[in-house]
This record gives sequence, structure tokens and C-alpha cells, in this order.
Amino acid sequence: MLSRTADHLYWMSRYIERAESLARLVDAHYRMSLLPHSGETLAQSLRSTMNALHMEGEYLDRHKIIEPRAVFEFISLDREYSGSIYSCLRAARENARAVRGSLTSELWETLNATWLDARSQLARRSSQSSDIGQFVEWVKERSHLTRGVTVGTMMHDEAFHFTRIGTFLERADSTARILTAHQSDLVPGADAGVVPDPYAWSVLLRALSAFEVYRRVYRDVITPFKVAQLLILRDDMPRSLLRCCKEVYNNLKSVANQQSAETVRRAGEMHAALHFTRMEDILATGLPVFLEKFLARLRDLGARVASDFLVPPAEV
Amino acid sequence: MTAGDGTGRAHYQRYTNWLGDQPADRLAQKRAEADALFHRVGITFAVYGQEEGTERLIPFDIVPRVLPQAEWIRLETGLKQRVRALNAFIHDIYHDQQIIKAGVIPAEQVLCNSQYRPEMQGVDVPGGIYAHIAGIDIVRDETGEFRVLEDNLRVPSGVSYMLENRKMMMRLFPELFSEHRIAPVDHYPDVLLENLRSVAPTGVADPTVVLLTAGAHNSAYFEHAFLAQQMGIELVEGQDLFVRDEAVFMRTTQGPQRVDVIYRRIDDDFLDPLVFRPDSMLGVPGLLTAYRAGRITIANAIGTGVADDKSIYPYVPEMIKFYLAQSPIIPNVHTWMLRRKEDQEYVLAHLAELVVKEVHGAGGYGMLIGPAATKAEIDMFRRQIIATPERYIAQPTLALSTCPTFADRGLAPRHIDLRPFVLSGRDVSIVPGGLTRVALREGSLVVNSSQGGGTKDTWVLET
Repeated sequence: MLSRTADHLYWMSRYIERAESLARLVDAHYRMSLLPHSGETLAQSLRSTMNALHMEGEYLDRHKIIEPRAVFEFISLDREYSGSIYSCLRAARENARAVRGSLTSELWETLNATWLDARSQLARRSSQSSDIGQFVEWVKERSHLTRGVTVGTMMHDEAFHFTRIGTFLERADSTARILTAHQSDLVPGADAGVVPDPYAWSVLLRALSAFEVYRRVYRDVITPFKVAQLLILRDDMPRSLLRCCKEVYNNLKSVANQQSAETVRRAGEMHAALHFTRMEDILATGLPVFLEKFLARLRDLGARVASDFLVPPAEV
Repeated sequence: MTAGDGTGRAHYQRYTNWLGDQPADRLAQKRAEADALFHRVGITFAVYGQEEGTERLIPFDIVPRVLPQAEWIRLETGLKQRVRALNAFIHDIYHDQQIIKAGVIPAEQVLCNSQYRPEMQGVDVPGGIYAHIAGIDIVRDETGEFRVLEDNLRVPSGVSYMLENRKMMMRLFPELFSEHRIAPVDHYPDVLLENLRSVAPTGVADPTVVLLTAGAHNSAYFEHAFLAQQMGIELVEGQDLFVRDEAVFMRTTQGPQRVDVIYRRIDDDFLDPLVFRPDSMLGVPGLLTAYRAGRITIANAIGTGVADDKSIYPYVPEMIKFYLAQSPIIPNVHTWMLRRKEDQEYVLAHLAELVVKEVHGAGGYGMLIGPAATKAEIDMFRRQIIATPERYIAQPTLALSTCPTFADRGLAPRHIDLRPFVLSGRDVSIVPGGLTRVALREGSLVVNSSQGGGTKDTWVLET
């Protein structure tokens, strides 16, 4: 397939995944904001989240203080901010439109309808943010629908693998950043003495769709060790780092070409390292160092995918 | 739809009866449904000169245009004849120029034409076919006779609307299709692909065909994506192609892949920045070298514009006689060439009754419609004609036939034309019908989508 087509498919699915990740973050914090006495925990969590996602600068260009409603609006619907959910939905649709011939018509219509809906929702919105909860709920639904339509209607060929690579690279990035935002709650000592703040935990777990999963897997009180284990090392947890790396590696193997051997090897190495490591080892290194290294390797992998497949260097 | 005496044409009878039975609100509701569907599917065109990223629907009218089979067969024969002659003409112009030597067309009309490409002189193209896809605009005059208004031999567009309009009609009014025997059109992409494969460079057993687009911001992008998808071929931009050793390749995720036929939807000027416009970012450097070496087929060929120019149009009936030794089946619209002294005198004296067109204009721009023009507009054209007469032609204001159309206050007559798509390769073929365009403004004669025109489904009724 055309490199440019693969590039658009890859970014189309990255943007949809990003929109969903942001919607989860807003949703988790929005729920927290509805609880009494959540003020300082919420503000702290929003600050570290925006920091981990490199949003703080652009936010503070527009608003003086970090105020939950303003943050929710900014992340969800700020059309001037290229990192907002609204902008992600537009970018996903623009990428899809550039290769609409390579998509099934169901997939194209899903993405197109999502964008048209988002636009009309923004147009008829009142100034209150009371319906932010509804909006992010809707974004999650559309993302689920898009993923379902992708898996259910597209041939499982090269085009499909590139959409999957985009999805899982983005998801790994997002999980790692959310963990980064909460790394101070996850220090090893927290297990012993300090009673962790249940609100902070619920935000973290909900943002990764892991709240119910945690209860089912561990049937236990929430401890930092187990939270980290679930989100980093569980192979059967769809948003864990291990799971995402496994998917990236497998999909990359399916599209391998003459120049991609080193890229596939690095993806395999990332997967193997997570597969054979133990939580104790990660905590011994220190979670912040581990996450920082992980994000750096992920960036490297993204750049290599681009130069091997998506925008190959000029010929002749 | 109505004959000169005001009675309904016979082939509309059954449809008219059906229409009479429809409650007005059902039609209005169907029309709204059609709009919503077109938006959702993204059947839009980009509007130039407006806010970045503006996409609009081409208005779709739910009342079809109906042609009886006998009329269609005559049209079809005439269209094939015309396109054969046009292809013979282009081949001749880029080879021996017999038609010029025979004195049928003046040399300066051809060789000084900006659309004449000296780069093509002596280049052989597969099958001697230049205009693989031709859109011939047909109107019906006040006597009911079909006439050719214009030939489009460069990158004619609109066929996707022909196909989508049919799909939409079948979805909205399935009952009509069981009551009528309507010739199908949806095999067009198959015929087109077969046609493109049939003109691949000699010796290529299983040719790779691609569609070259200017990209998602081009006004006809929907059509490019649609046709590529329907044919199952890659939709490429200039940046996806490169030329090495006089062969064309596309950049794929599995390395370079050879390309044999390019169905291009960008103009000659942008195809190869090394030969034509050096500032073009849309084309492929070196493409013309590969083309002249016979390693790639470009459809339509480079240089077809020399045959669809409005200054060449008046000679097409002569071409048919010259190359095919036949008399033309579909006549032209009478045309005055203002470079001729006697024509110019007549036209200047009758400007208020005539339509004056710029020879190189397209899309309904650069045009004077005498009966609808103000005195100032007429005076302006008069000065321009006197200054540069060779830039203009004039035609009578046709009483174009009308067809009932859904307007603001219910059904009303609106002017229409017809663009059938003629495919030339190993054979010449046409799917029945074409794109009917309709001038939606009351009294307007301009059907171009850029000027507020809409489209209709076109039915050829089998008997």
C-alpha cells in the first residue's frame, strides 16, 4: 500500500485513541469534582495530569488559574487548542478523508458522522459545562464504535495493521503519561505507612478503565503496588503497557519490510523486557525513571515506524 | 419534459402519474433525507475562494430526467462518432497534420493555441487514443433536437454524481424502479478500469493503474476517492510517485512499486514541473520523459486540450467528415467566431440576444448572456471583443429544454443539460445516460455547480 495511505491510517487511529484517552481523563476528574471535599486532591491531580500531557503552558496562556470547569472545557472543546478532544476528532476525520477510498464506507461514515456531530454539539452548547460529562461519555462511545467498525468491517490486511499500530502506540503513550501524573502516589513506601487517598486512586483507575477490573482481579483493598502491577505488567489488561507493547510488536511483524528489521527488533525487545520483568525490579529502579525511559523508547519507536513505512526518505 | 405544444412527453407519463399521487410533504421529507445522507457519506465538493475547508453539497433534485431508449440510441451513436473523430484529430495534430494541410482548419488556430503541446509532436500513444474519458455536454433546443454544447477532453468530472444520484434515487423511491425499466449505470467503474487497462504500454501483461489527484483540498476530491475505491486502485498524489530510469514508481510500505497507467485528474500544466509549470507541487518530476519513452500511459493524454477548446469546437463537424467520411449525427450549436470579420459584425450588432463565451473559459465564468445582461456589461464585452476578437465566440441564446424540479414553492420548470461520459480504449463505450445538470435559479441557463447548479438522476427507459 502507499506509504502516504499508511501514514494517514496510522494518524487517524492515533487521534481517535487520543480523543478517547482524554475523554477518560476528563470523565474521571469530572466525577471526582462531583464529590464533596475533593477540592485540593482534584486540583493537584489536574495539575500533574496537565503537566504529564504537556498541556499546562497552552492552558495558562488562556486561563489564569487551574479551575476544574475551565480545564474540562479546555481539554474537551477548545477548538483553538490542537490537543483538545474536539481537535483530535477533526484531525482523525481529516486523515480519514484523505484516504477514504482505503477505508470501508462504514468506517468512513462513522468518523465523518462523529466529526459532524461534534461540530454541531459545540455550536449549540450553552456556556455552562454541566453537560461535559455527557460529552465525554459520547466521545468514549464513538471511539468504541469506531474501533468496533474497524475490527468488524476492515480486511485484516496491511491497512488494518497500521491502524492497530497507531492505536496501541498512542494507548501505551497515554497509559504511561497517566501513570507519570500519579507516580508520587505509587512510591514503594506508600504500601506500608501512608494511607493512600482513595479519590486519587479512583481517578487513576477510572482513567484507564481499570476500576472494576482491579476489584475483580485482586478482590482486595487498593494498594499502589497492585495498581502499578495491573497497569504495567498484566498481559490481559487491555490498556497495560505490556499489552500495548505486545500488540505493537505483533502488528509490526505483520507489515515488516526490507528496512524494518531493527524497528521490529526494538519493539520485540520492549515487549520482552516488560514480559520478563517483575514489579520489584521496576520499583527498585524507581517508577519515575522507569516511565521516563519507557516514554523515550516509545518515541524512538514512533519515529522509526515513520521513517521505515510512512514517510520513507526520498528515492534516487 | 413537455413537448413544444405543451403536452407531456409520452415517456414521462408513468412517472407523472406516480408524482401526482405523492403527498407534498412526503416529497419534502424525502428531499431532506437525501441531504442528510449526502452529508453523512461526505459527498461534497470544496468551494474555492471561501473559508479554508469549506465543503458543500451539490444540490440534488429528486425529480429524474427521463430519456426514451430510441432517443438514447441515436445519441449514443452520435457521441461515439464524435469522440472517434476527436481522437483521430488529436492524433493527426501531433503527427502529420493532414487536416491542416487539407485546409480544413487554419494552422494558426491549432499551432498558436495555448493548449497545443509541442512536446507531444511525434509521440505515439497506445492505440492512438488521447481522450480516454470524454464528457460531452448536450442540450436540447426549442425544436427538440439534441445539440453538442461543449466537448470536455481534459479532466471531465461529474461521473460520481451520476452514480451516487442513482444510488440515492433507489434508496429514496425503490417503488419507481420496479415500475420502470431503467437502464443500470453502476457498472461504470468496471468499464472504466477495463478501458484504462486496455491502453497500458505494450508488453505489460497485468498493468497497475493508479488515479492521480491533487489532494483532499481539490474541489473534485470526493470523485477521485470514490472512483479509485470503486475500481480498487490506489489514489495517489504527486508526492507518492517518482521516476527512475524512465519508469514510474509509487512509494509503498513495501518499497517502490511500478506503475503502468495513470488516470490523472490534474491539468497538463501541473503534471511535470521539469517541463510545464516549475512551481507545481502536484506533479511528478520526470514524468514526461517516461511518457515520451512509452513506459507509462497517461489518461487523458497530454495535449488533448487542443481539441476541446471553444475556438476548435466549430470545426468538429468538419472533422467527422474529414476523418470518418460520415455526416455528423448530433449537430453543434451554431457558433460565430469573432476572429472572422463578417461574424464579428453580426455579433456586435446582436449582442443583446446572444451568449458570448471566452474561448479558454470554463465553469461558466467569463461569459455574457445577452438577454440577462445589463447595458454596462454588454458595453464591456463589446470593448473586449473589439480589442481581442480571437478570444471570443458567440452562440444563440438557446431556449434550453426544461424539466420539473423541486424549487422553493413546489415543482417548477428549470433548464437542464446532459453530460454523458464516453470511454475510449480498445472499444468506445458509454453507460446509458450521464449526468443531468440543472440550473436551480429561476430562468438561469447556467448549470455549473460552481454557479449554483444542481444535479438529477438520469433515466434511460428500456422498452
